[in-house]
Amino acid sequence: MPDFIAEWLNQNEIFTAMTLMEYWDGMVTTVHLVFLSLVIGLLVAVPLAILRTVRNPFVSGPVWLYTYLFRGTPLLIQLYIIYYGLAQIEGIQETFWWEIFREPFYPALLAFTLNTAAYTTEIIRGAIVSTPHGEIEAAQAYGMNWFMRMRRIVLPSAARRGVQAYSNEVIFMLHASAIASVVTIVDLTGAARNIYSRFYAPFDAFIFVALCYMALTFILVFAFRKLENHLLKHQRPVNG
Amino acid sequence: MKKMIFAASCALALIAGGAQAQERDLRIAFDVPYEPFEYKDENGELTGFEVELAEAMCEEMNANCEFVIQAWDGMIPGLLARKFDLIMSSMSITPERAERVLFSEPYYNTPGGWFGPESFNTDVTDMDAMEGKTVGVQRGTTMDTYVTENMGGIVNIKRYTTADDMVLDLEGQRLDVVFVDYPVGEQTVLTKEGFKEVGEPVKLGQGVGVAMRQRDTELAEEVNAALRTLKEDGTYDTIMQKYFAYDIKM
Repeated sequence: MPDFIAEWLNQNEIFTAMTLMEYWDGMVTTVHLVFLSLVIGLLVAVPLAILRTVRNPFVSGPVWLYTYLFRGTPLLIQLYIIYYGLAQIEGIQETFWWEIFREPFYPALLAFTLNTAAYTTEIIRGAIVSTPHGEIEAAQAYGMNWFMRMRRIVLPSAARRGVQAYSNEVIFMLHASAIASVVTIVDLTGAARNIYSRFYAPFDAFIFVALCYMALTFILVFAFRKLENHLLKHQRPVNG
Repeated sequence: MKKMIFAASCALALIAGGAQAQERDLRIAFDVPYEPFEYKDENGELTGFEVELAEAMCEEMNANCEFVIQAWDGMIPGLLARKFDLIMSSMSITPERAERVLFSEPYYNTPGGWFGPESFNTDVTDMDAMEGKTVGVQRGTTMDTYVTENMGGIVNIKRYTTADDMVLDLEGQRLDVVFVDYPVGEQTVLTKEGFKEVGEPVKLGQGVGVAMRQRDTELAEEVNAALRTLKEDGTYDTIMQKYFAYDIKM
């Protein structure tokens, strides 16, 4: 088998060590970008989701508007607005913001983070509002205050209910990150497009990159299954 | 004798007429906008140097031509998938492309041009001075290959799908300089205030040819013959002078 692979690698023109390195660099960029936006997005989404469940419309209204705007428009449009739009603001090149927004990485990170935070907020909100009343009443009967109730009862039980929907969001985010290549970021898709345009071999370049995304997705699915097993341990049959 | 000549010319006319009657349908693909080669005028009509040349070529070949708009990324796949029969969209002849498609003889060649803001004073051929500069190119063009091969690792290369996006980033000061097909830079960058040509134009590649599927060798012969006629009878020069102040004939 290794002989066969070595022979194939020697014969083909496209998958040389150099192009494989390009794919690898692209994969590092993709993982970097997606991981950061998911982590920041989740950290932002938890407080926003709690605010979203507050009865006062002056508190929950702005969060609703934010999630509505970002879930109601395509990520590609958001990325275009942030990347090309910000550069058009008069005089932005002279401010310190330009240090951040000059390179495509941070505009893309901002767009991805805002987008995933909006979806995650709604996922967590849904999980919070579906907390059984009994759990909250029991917590109140124990004399827990609002903060303790959130920390000990509502959020952990919401996490159990939200984790499956959230795993979908994570996978969607990984796949949506492919559009980073339109703003000159050389992520996995960007590497594939560069290699495709050099060799004019769409099948080879894109099928290979599709396999890379599938491998990443497989790792995510596996990790989330482990996490679900852990969080939903109490639902498993005793001898399962 | 006279009768025989008459008979012969009649037969010739018949043959020619017969050939004319089988007017062939050809679909030609362009990637717009790529001024001044192919773009849409104020009325939304497709026009430009290559469009007019294609019209003249179709007339010469007695073909019934339909023009198709196709984004650059999908050009060769579209041709191979028979979405159209010819590409006349400034496709430079390269060995890599020639493995996929069949090229006609070249019909024009333009140099690559360096364009940047007025404040840009670096010599683009001085690699030490260029180190760390950000250069914009269109992905997969001969300009891309040139910069990648000669300046890869020295400058920071950004690749764009369209010239529009690239010029937008040059204006936004994300790019120090762009290296683009000379006429395109002339039309998109030099028309903007505060930008200039920053280096000598660089002759690149083997010129631009009509791309066809590998198996369409007969079509290629017809295309070559038509192009040769146009170049000789002055039609080519007339069209060229409409769009260019300099010679791009090849």
